[in-house]
Amino acid sequence: MSGLLKSSIGRKFAMALSAFFLMFFLLQHFAINITSVFSKDVFNELSHFMGTNPLVQYALQPVLIFGVVFHFVMGFVLEIKNTGSRNVKYSKNNGAANSSWMSRNMIWSGLVILAFIVLHFIDFWFPELNTKFIQGDWSGMHDGEFRYYHELQEKFLSPARVSAYVIAFILLAMHLLHGFGSAFQSSGMNNKYTKGLKTFGKLYATLIPLGFIIIALYHHLNHNH
Amino acid sequence: MNLKLKIWRQKNANDKGKMVDYNINDVSPDMSFLEMLDVLNEQLITGGDEPVAFDHDCREGICGMCSLYINGEAHGPDRGVTTCQLHMRKFKDGDTIYIEPFRAKAFPVIKDLVVDRSSFDRIQLAGGFISVNTSGNTQDANAIPINKDSADKAFDAATCIGCGACVASCKNSSAMLFVSAKVSQYALLPQGEVEAVDRVLNMVKQMDEEGFGNCTNTGACEVECPKGISLENIARMNSEFLKASLKG
Repeated sequence: MSGLLKSSIGRKFAMALSAFFLMFFLLQHFAINITSVFSKDVFNELSHFMGTNPLVQYALQPVLIFGVVFHFVMGFVLEIKNTGSRNVKYSKNNGAANSSWMSRNMIWSGLVILAFIVLHFIDFWFPELNTKFIQGDWSGMHDGEFRYYHELQEKFLSPARVSAYVIAFILLAMHLLHGFGSAFQSSGMNNKYTKGLKTFGKLYATLIPLGFIIIALYHHLNHNH
Repeated sequence: MNLKLKIWRQKNANDKGKMVDYNINDVSPDMSFLEMLDVLNEQLITGGDEPVAFDHDCREGICGMCSLYINGEAHGPDRGVTTCQLHMRKFKDGDTIYIEPFRAKAFPVIKDLVVDRSSFDRIQLAGGFISVNTSGNTQDANAIPINKDSADKAFDAATCIGCGACVASCKNSSAMLFVSAKVSQYALLPQGEVEAVDRVLNMVKQMDEEGFGNCTNTGACEVECPKGISLENIARMNSEFLKASLKG
């Protein structure tokens, strides 16, 4: 068991485990966000629960941050190792003949997603930390009502921000189109269920980012100001 | 047909090497790719130049000796064949053909298009075998029942000829398709079970030490493999390795 993370397969497996966790988180994040399209009150209630529940704040949130950081750091570590394993490049390489663009460019789609996460943190998470942990305001209230829905709509006023979000979600879809099936393969699963899982993976990789795009566009086009 | 060739020339392992242009005329579409190179070499020798060094042996597609990265693909644009089984009818008159050695840090160039693939031998030596009792009372293998699915999969894995096309095609120079074929070949059979834990741990350890990259599941190896070794083998190796790590 010792040294598993030093081995090539151990690292693949660790990448896959963190990917499974992040994909589950993404689904949960989407499930909450999509309610904002249908009901302001439900979104506010759910946001308040997630933002103030001690289990979410002090147990799940640190695990999530660890998962995100681990996935990125290990992704970079593997990329550096992999790039270094071919010291002389080919004069002509026809990668498109044998593999998908998504599979060959996970590092680039990953970097765009990383940049998006920084923007997303600046937009939502850092102000949230400021309100709760620096100002000490855990009420979730502003002007006599929950502030979450209002804050969400505020952020999506800017066409530039909405465009950045849409581009990031497209790259997220591409990352997931390869990543979903890849995580199962890395975990040692390739059997009679693989075909079905890959189909499900394609649906997940397309529908979840598309859903996030719809949410961003909805609030951009339907803001109550 | 007349062709323009761009070939990697490198005097020895220490030389920097470069792509050199050659023209070759009257190439028959029925020639194999290696025969075309033979004709080029005759031209070079006649002209007093050094012939292009390249690996080859059986020229029947089974020894795994020939290599070459042709127009950006291991063993060229055809599928399910080695370079010796690639024919010039796959190209058109006037084509420019890039010919390079298999590239990987673990496959250093010895000369021109010849690379040192002994890293594969060292991986095999680390565990790609079963310790058979040769005392004279060896059990008849046919007496051990094996289900057909496992036997077929083991046989498919055993068709790997160790040419290194998987490494050459992989953007990460990963050797996982090769190693997984060797691991699977034994893992699927009862004779291989006894040493399964040590085998996978030792072979993967040696693979990592040789400096191959890490598999990112692009699937390029499976497409370019002249023997059609399946990615299923890599998944099996991953699972064997993870199980072995828990036990070992």
